[in-house]
Amino acid sequence: MSKTLFLGDEAVAQAALDAGLSGVYAYPGTPSTEITEFIQNSKQGRAGEVHSIWAGNEKTAMESAIGMSYAGKRAMVCMKHVGLNVAADPFMNSSITGANGGIVVVVADDPSMHSSQDEQDSRYYAKFALIPSFEPSNQQEAYDITYAAFEFSEKYRTPVLIRLTTRLSHSRAGVERKAERPQNELHIEENPKQFILLPANARVHYRTLLGKQDSFEEESLNSPFNKYIDGADKKMGIIASGIAYNYLMENFEGGKCPYPVLKISQYPLPSKLIAKIVDECETVLVAEEGYPFIEEQVRGILNRTGNIIGRLSGALPRDGELNPNLVAKALGLPDTYGAPIPDLVVPRPPALCVGCPHIDSYNAINAAMEKYGKGKVFADIGCYTLGALPPYNAIYTTVDMGASITMAKGAADAGLRPVLAVIGDSTFTHSGMTSLLDCIYENTPVTVMILDNSTTGMTGGQDSHALGVLGEICKGLGVKEDHIHRINPLKAHHEENVAIIEKELEYEGVSVIIPTRECIQTLSRRMKKQQAAKKQ
Amino acid sequence: MKIDIILAGVGGQGILSIATIVGYAAVKRGMYMKQAEVHGMSQRGGDVQSHFRLSDQEIASDLIPMGKADMIISVEPMESLRYLPWLNPETGWLITNDQPFVNIPNYPDFDKLNAELGKLKNKVVINADKIAKDLGSARSANMVILGAASPYLGIPFEEIESAVRENFARKGEDIVNVNIACLRAGKEFAEKL
Ligand SMILES: Cc1ncc(C[n+]2csc(CCOP(=O)(O)OP(=O)(O)O)c2C)c(N)n1
Ligand code: SF4
Repeated sequence: MSKTLFLGDEAVAQAALDAGLSGVYAYPGTPSTEITEFIQNSKQGRAGEVHSIWAGNEKTAMESAIGMSYAGKRAMVCMKHVGLNVAADPFMNSSITGANGGIVVVVADDPSMHSSQDEQDSRYYAKFALIPSFEPSNQQEAYDITYAAFEFSEKYRTPVLIRLTTRLSHSRAGVERKAERPQNELHIEENPKQFILLPANARVHYRTLLGKQDSFEEESLNSPFNKYIDGADKKMGIIASGIAYNYLMENFEGGKCPYPVLKISQYPLPSKLIAKIVDECETVLVAEEGYPFIEEQVRGILNRTGNIIGRLSGALPRDGELNPNLVAKALGLPDTYGAPIPDLVVPRPPALCVGCPHIDSYNAINAAMEKYGKGKVFADIGCYTLGALPPYNAIYTTVDMGASITMAKGAADAGLRPVLAVIGDSTFTHSGMTSLLDCIYENTPVTVMILDNSTTGMTGGQDSHALGVLGEICKGLGVKEDHIHRINPLKAHHEENVAIIEKELEYEGVSVIIPTRECIQTLSRRMKKQQAAKKQ
Repeated sequence: MKIDIILAGVGGQGILSIATIVGYAAVKRGMYMKQAEVHGMSQRGGDVQSHFRLSDQEIASDLIPMGKADMIISVEPMESLRYLPWLNPETGWLITNDQPFVNIPNYPDFDKLNAELGKLKNKVVINADKIAKDLGSARSANMVILGAASPYLGIPFEEIESAVRENFARKGEDIVNVNIACLRAGKEFAEKL
């Protein structure tokens, strides 16, 4: 069969489709977004044969997938690493319910924080939930693992996790596909008690989960994705997981490493293979992308043997992405380098697009806040986070989706006046609505600006769940009608916009101001499409 | 045969279409390919790069080791210099547009920038914007750059040409022709150096 060029994300998506997926549930987030977009644009996605509409957030996505599994069909959940924090409650409990139709949770981690606020490692979540996880090293493996993961999930009636990292998600290579498998038939269990997590049931199912642990490890031992490759020189042995395996092999012509190598792409760790390499080799280097997850387990807190090296020992950096050069240094091989970057090269940070509506919103916010001094604007995550940079320097916090409103509330509770929260439309429906409800319940003096650009701009322009109904949502939650304003973020309306913000900042209660103007990027895409349609 | 390329530019300048075209030609020849792209935050007018690797053997790493790249292909002059640590200091070639994209207040002095480019041993510095504009398609500067890089790619020019044809086919004959013209103009420029 011929190969198709796929991003790591696309390989996962294609494999899921080929494995008989019935629904993908996801909220966008770099570097995971392309998985769902690929399915949306696929033949099955466009025909509506596979569910692929974006979910409101990662928690609702995870719950929908459990529901689809309950009904006997195969479901996939996709998110970026921090999304799993939001989905953690249903995720953890899904390991207790177990699966009926296969559930595969795909989480894309972002070491080096290219587009994220932390570099947490999702392998810990899988271990925490006591479920198997997989970590593909290349695009073909991303395909093969996803295809196999659904089988695994149904064989052991357990959700499984696939961990991707940025470089694999966003790197392209040739992939060979497998045969297409039909979707499962609808079938619910005759007595689906497993999904009623009353303590009495949960205790039983937790023990069932514990009982599966030995089989999970046995599977890892015999997995085609874990490999023990012997080498003659036992002075060193290398455990390399996921994409770190590629960086290791890059350092040896034709992939001929003189040392024994244990390649890991399936967890829980196969202890027999770990024991073999540790017993055979004088020193064992652990190369892994992300946290020292394997290294920590292999050396233990006592570090009795003292011969396990990696990110904890300092042989590799404790944080950030790996690359072939870092692995070369850890192996004691000569490092290579071109010429240094000339001094005149300056950083080019990302910036709001020319004509972005957020620019006018920030100009109005800065004008209105001037008399109150610094430190009173609480923001959130999205394109508008760039308001933290010059020339705006307009915001003081960005923590997690939805935190703007609730942090402003906490600061107001502490006595800070006035406080302003800035949140995007998509972030508001993701996690801001319950925050706003907290403020309404107590009539906290906060002014909330929901920047409505009709889209999820940061991640490339996915539909926003509250398109055209933000005002209604706020009213429904209980914001008083005369304290809800739609404004037009344009230079021409600057003065009146500033006046509205100033007035609401003085109000001792909850007010919502919604600057409404479409994202320039989605607007120009829409215009191009319209023109193309006209030409035909 | 193995060739490692760093593609460089500013988010939105379309460096990826260069990769798509060369990748298409390479895969047609039965070569292996790996291409690490940058998506997300940096796409908002920040610096973007792509590690693009071709080989007749299987490729291990998605990232090119430092000091080992055969070529930097850049659609912006300052961005081309950002990746010098990756370029092979002896044998590497730098092919870049000489037209700055200024979206930051502290962009370096143009003369100093040109002087820095002038110091490099193996280079093609080309005003791709002007050539593309003169040929009637300002947006095809990246095809001029690709043309200028084509003598060093180790892929027959006709095969790159047909990949360009293939890539633009659905946009109509006129667009195909102007892009081919840009590609050829870039090639001629590089060959005259
Ligand atoms: C829990 C979580 N999920 C997803 C993301 C990725 N993400 C960052 S900002 C954003 C959406 C922003 O959309 P919106 O609030 O409408 O602002 P815009 O970018 O359009 O200005 C997303 C999906 C994240 N950082 N955290
Ligand atoms: S993508 Fe849209 S929302 Fe984001 S900066 Fe550009 S115009 Fe603004």
